[in-house]
Amino acid sequence: MSKIVNKEFFSENVVKLEVEAPLIARSRKAGHFVIVRVDANGERIPLTIADSDIEKGTITLVIQKIGASSTKITNLNVGDELLDVVGPLGKATHIDKFGTVVCSGGGVGVAPLLPIIKAMKAAGNKVISVLAARTKDLVILEEQVREYSDEVVIMTDDGSYGKAGRVTDGIEEIAKREKIDLCVTIGPAIMMKFVSLLTKKYDIPTVASLNTIMVDGTGMCGACRITVGGKTKFVCVDGPEFDAHQVDFDEMLMRLGAYREQEQEAKAKLAK
Amino acid sequence: MATDRNEAWREELRKAKSPKERTAQPRVQMNSLDPKYRARCREEVNQGLTAEQAVAEASRCMDCPNPTCMTGCPVSINIPGFIKNIERGEFLQAADVLKETSALPAVCGRVCPQEKQCESQCMYVKMKKEPVAIGYLERFAADYARENGTKKADSNIKKNGIKIAVVGSGPAGLSFAGDMIKKGYDVTVFEALHEIGGVLKYGIPEFRLPNRVVEAEIDNLRDLGVVFIKNCIVGKTITVDELKADGFKGIFVASGAGLPRFMGIEGENLTGIMSSNEYLTRVNLMDAGNPDTDTPVLKGKKVVVVGGGNTAMDSVRTALRMGAERAIIVYRRSEEEMPARIEEVHHAKEEGVEFMTLHNPIQYIGDENGRVTKVRLQKMELGEPDASGRRSPVEIPGAIEEVECDEVIVSIGVSPNPIVPNSVAGLSVSKKGTIEVNEGMQSSIPMLFAGGDIVRGGATVILAMGDGRRAAAAMDEYLKK
Repeated sequence: MSKIVNKEFFSENVVKLEVEAPLIARSRKAGHFVIVRVDANGERIPLTIADSDIEKGTITLVIQKIGASSTKITNLNVGDELLDVVGPLGKATHIDKFGTVVCSGGGVGVAPLLPIIKAMKAAGNKVISVLAARTKDLVILEEQVREYSDEVVIMTDDGSYGKAGRVTDGIEEIAKREKIDLCVTIGPAIMMKFVSLLTKKYDIPTVASLNTIMVDGTGMCGACRITVGGKTKFVCVDGPEFDAHQVDFDEMLMRLGAYREQEQEAKAKLAK
Repeated sequence: MATDRNEAWREELRKAKSPKERTAQPRVQMNSLDPKYRARCREEVNQGLTAEQAVAEASRCMDCPNPTCMTGCPVSINIPGFIKNIERGEFLQAADVLKETSALPAVCGRVCPQEKQCESQCMYVKMKKEPVAIGYLERFAADYARENGTKKADSNIKKNGIKIAVVGSGPAGLSFAGDMIKKGYDVTVFEALHEIGGVLKYGIPEFRLPNRVVEAEIDNLRDLGVVFIKNCIVGKTITVDELKADGFKGIFVASGAGLPRFMGIEGENLTGIMSSNEYLTRVNLMDAGNPDTDTPVLKGKKVVVVGGGNTAMDSVRTALRMGAERAIIVYRRSEEEMPARIEEVHHAKEEGVEFMTLHNPIQYIGDENGRVTKVRLQKMELGEPDASGRRSPVEIPGAIEEVECDEVIVSIGVSPNPIVPNSVAGLSVSKKGTIEVNEGMQSSIPMLFAGGDIVRGGATVILAMGDGRRAAAAMDEYLKK
């Protein structure tokens, strides 16, 4: 049981929760994720850790309403408990002094990006963060990102905030202007696919953090498998971060749809 | 002692019936649910023996002076000892005899491959007769004790104050925990998943091993004082070094088989194709077949299961229960080489599972959405025996067949879970990723012992339990020094 000690709405569908998980708070590093089961009927869903507080023994999770279980989680309030939280899972981000690092996040992908931005900055990199969202209200964690970035570029599809355009437009502008030593990208799979295509063109090494379907999160089920450089890899134990230029994003997008019908049914039932 | 062959009651029992009378009786038939009914529900297929059936079957046992059956048992259960107690009607004592050597008799009575172990060594086999139904009798005694026995918390255990940790709560971990708590240690079991029981919960289906049976065994251990901690991954949530710093003097790693194997053939990552671990975990652990749960599961109409082991049989029979119209086993060798228990193959056939033996998948074909629609199969024939001693499958050139399917479950084995081996510096690990141990299951790090699939790569419940027992005995010796 992990008690929720803080809850904040980023937008109607995106919630930040601070939950008690002292052992995970102590052992987690940037890039790690947890598996959460909200209640006895809940699905096990992977959520990347956005932050932690060792003193308070808490971790911060950012959740978007997508399916039945994530909707149930976002409906919980301070004082409520998540039935199961297990982790930290996956490999931690490889943090080093690379030089200039562009950290690009889309939608809720900015939440798991934040600890990487922090760690990259602490390692002595020049950090340029590119945050993208459909519209102004969906830009999250801007203030925290600014605190650890040398420069922040904000892109919105509708131009309601920052510059009008996609995340790739923001990255391309920087690439034309200066040498980028590493690009980190976290967001919807389709966004990461296009970031990867762009950075390949500019020959910028790129790391993508993938969020696939998982059950156990410890390598046991293989639901999360993807093709990287022609080989099958498990996101939960081999990742979640991979060389984006080697990832078969089209296959990943296809595999993300494996349970779409059932997910929609479950959500429709919950709404009743 | 209930196991002493020279006790008066037992001598009398031996004289009560002549060997001729004993051997003239036919082997008991297990009571089981109707195949048509059971193939569409989760109820346990085997219903167990009645007391009358059990006593009659027990009287077939000749109480041999040199019970060869025991040599076939990985944990050396005193087989005639418990069977003769059944014959004289002392069912609880029979269960006590089982408990002396096995932490999970109700489980073993259901899932052990008896035909390859104890029953294969029975005197009756040498007489060209069907062996005593040792497995059925084991199950009978264990079930009887669970349902009728008074729960007695063993208050005679003298605690020694030494803390030991167990990584994983599957059969190896549970059997180790049971032995160590009885020896007086403070035992804490760490489990990565949200339920205790490991493969007994996520892997073996309800229709073969009901959860209540596993729960009862776990409750027994809890009553004895074993502490279980769920959602805790040793090597991730806490490290081995942290356990040491916390005062744990010995650690038994029984983290099981981790990564499911795939064949690496074209189209294997299409949607609708998954490992048996994924499929069974969704249905067993997450109860995905129940409309009230959030976890989805594909309910294919034409389901192909690749493999010939118990997990393949569990998967194909689960597919029927999830509503499949066709459920097909595809196996590259012939039925004779199948590693599955004979009873599972028999039950699968009764329930309508189709068997395509001597067929091997070479490619999967999908639709425009990436969903599997067909599997291409290479026909095989049997050649010379291979390293496993079984005749090896050889391709018949040009003999290729396509089978339509909307779900494929790959059940061709697992590799050891890498989390613990990767997280402990200095631990000796084989090329296959298994932890290397000596005869006492001790690893290259003296305080760390290991057993079950993390050592064997992929084996049975009873072998894992045997490892747990051996490790407990050896760790006890080691810690006493």
